[in-house]
Amino acid sequence: MKYYRSHVLVCVDPECLQKGAHELVDALQDELVATGLIDEVQVLETSRIGGCSLGPEMMVYPEGVHYVGVTPDDVPYLVEEHFLKGRVVNKFQMPTTKVVDEELGAPTQKEVRIVLRNCGKIDPENIEDYIAEDGYQALAKVLTEMTPEEVIDTVLKSGLRGRGGAGFPTGKKWQFTRQAPGDIKYVVCNADEGDPGAFMNRRVLEGDPHAVIEGMAIAAYAIGAHQGYIYCRAEYPVAVSTLNIAIQQARNLGLLGKDILGSGFDFDLEVRMGAGAFVCGEETALIASIEGRRGEPRPRPPFPAVQGLWNRPTNVNNVETYANIPQIILKGAEWYASYGTEKSKGTKTFALAGDLNHTGLIEVPLGITLREIIYDVGGGIKDGKAFKAVQIGGPMGGCVPAEYLDLPLDYESLAQAGTIMGSGGMIVLDEDTCMVDVARYFMDFTQDESCGKCTPCRVGTRRILEILTRICDGKGQDGDIELLESLCQEIRTNSLCGLGQGAPNPVVSTLRYFREEFEAHIYEKRCPAKVCRALIRYEILPDACTGCTVCARNCPVNAISGERRQTHVIDPDTCIRCGICMQVCNFNAVVIE
Amino acid sequence: MSVETKSSEKILEAVNAAIEKFGAKQEELIPILNEVNRQLGYIPTEAMEEISRRLKEPKSSLFGVASFYHMLSTKPRGRHVIQFCESAPCHVVGGREVFEALKEELGLEANETSPDGKWTLITTSCLGVCSVGPVIVVDEDIYGNVDARKVPEILARYE
Repeated sequence: MKYYRSHVLVCVDPECLQKGAHELVDALQDELVATGLIDEVQVLETSRIGGCSLGPEMMVYPEGVHYVGVTPDDVPYLVEEHFLKGRVVNKFQMPTTKVVDEELGAPTQKEVRIVLRNCGKIDPENIEDYIAEDGYQALAKVLTEMTPEEVIDTVLKSGLRGRGGAGFPTGKKWQFTRQAPGDIKYVVCNADEGDPGAFMNRRVLEGDPHAVIEGMAIAAYAIGAHQGYIYCRAEYPVAVSTLNIAIQQARNLGLLGKDILGSGFDFDLEVRMGAGAFVCGEETALIASIEGRRGEPRPRPPFPAVQGLWNRPTNVNNVETYANIPQIILKGAEWYASYGTEKSKGTKTFALAGDLNHTGLIEVPLGITLREIIYDVGGGIKDGKAFKAVQIGGPMGGCVPAEYLDLPLDYESLAQAGTIMGSGGMIVLDEDTCMVDVARYFMDFTQDESCGKCTPCRVGTRRILEILTRICDGKGQDGDIELLESLCQEIRTNSLCGLGQGAPNPVVSTLRYFREEFEAHIYEKRCPAKVCRALIRYEILPDACTGCTVCARNCPVNAISGERRQTHVIDPDTCIRCGICMQVCNFNAVVIE
Repeated sequence: MSVETKSSEKILEAVNAAIEKFGAKQEELIPILNEVNRQLGYIPTEAMEEISRRLKEPKSSLFGVASFYHMLSTKPRGRHVIQFCESAPCHVVGGREVFEALKEELGLEANETSPDGKWTLITTSCLGVCSVGPVIVVDEDIYGNVDARKVPEILARYE
């Protein structure tokens, strides 16, 4: 391996490409050749670093300097200052205060990065980068020093639980699959990350694909499998191509394929692509999809550990679960178990979204409180507004209100609060959010994604959506809340798979904590958060209106009347509640009633 | 010009290429359909019949698969397919306005193809690029931080 004193990683995410990332790479190469530094400084392409909105961007190692907004014209100056004179160029440095829009910033104090440790740091398309960060050492250790039972024991002791959502102990799952009778077994990685707003797995697949591959190879050794599949959703084309490159590189070095590292152990991997169906994240549906059938779930048991892919024992884990494994093997079960709570060990990645100052990816030890995540890691609520709720766990999760802010985050306490860990989506909602609208949004999603196989889910989610839509439209009826409650109960207990069983959660949790908002919609025909269009009215404050006519001229339906320099009036019957008048008024004279 | 349906020759060519690439096995059905869909823009009935014959799979189960997955289309699509991300993080940062602008600019509703065969407008589930929402995808190009004013300019880039 060639030695370089410095590495430049240029982000080639779509956003940065548009802003000229390839031109930047070319300019850097040319300038380094011209200055004779090409043997000392290596230019690499990487996925998103986190400042794409200010792009094109790059990281310079070993210093770890993050430059943004560099154009090819700036390159000669930058190369001279940074690489010849050794001075950091302040004007291109990523402004430290500007973290909005970041996907993965520098870790805050409360964060611990195990799964995300290499993301943004190594070139995902170069296996040597991964090996330099202790990559494939865990696989070597397992193959040469450990029996499969010892591997399972280590994973059991680490306390790692499935990071896909349900939180089943990973070691136990491996044990079941190992003990299941049969010569042919499979390992499958669930990379069908479909929860809206959750992109933790995409980041790992695109930023550190070998961690997943290594984790799967270790799992295969432990359970006695020789073939693995990564089922990746088709919405992630970059992840699929990064994985394919990584698999090929691992094969070339003998880390996948026949007789890995001379140990006699064979294992190979294949990437399978979905075709856009949320339910395929459910493990039995995923298996059906890999087999080339409709991605419909089937009842369990038999669990995949006994009867999975082509009816053979199959171990299905999520991307994040596998990515944890190499570190656990290398650093030991005790090290991993030192993070987290008694029953929920280790760390978890979350995608923070919504009304927060700092959104993006984080990785925190379990047991951290929601308050720490929202205020310390996420920087608090945007525009100084008040926190209302946080939606955790995706469309099958629930909304948790302010009284649970000091809840330590683990599988059990989240279940108590009426939600689930899920895959790690976390949408923070401020005081301007209508909870009925939120419940309606998620139900819209699940009824669309219901595969249609079982009736409670197929018909029930549709009925719930109709009722919620009716309530938001101001046509809620007496008895609607009770009807919702009984429907939710029916769907939860009678649906076939996790999608249907979890589908009522957003409704149940909002009813539990924000019942008065539902009542205000139904009985008072009022939307307290002033969101539902049918229940709000725009009005002009006579004292603030100067009669400038801007609102009247911009109104698309001519609902505003009034003479110049006279107070204007909105006709509520013509008004379509588009809100344009409020946006254009320079005097804050338009209000929502 | 109307929405283009493909000639038999082209269809056979696409099916042959896809089956050659993945092999005539039932487990490769989704990759094969994906590939044909990508080549032709949709999966014509003729293609379905040919795949059914080659894979020895009933047409009914093929249609079951093709109609199950959002990304596979059994209807002809326009030359350019616009996908609008309708997930929550894009929704809360102004996605709805972008979608309205798209519909107005194209004169189309979701899942419609323009009469001249140029555009098809569809919605997609989360693309995972939430930190630059709202997001739209035209063919294979991803556009982030889109607002309603940028829509005409983006569309103008396509012939």
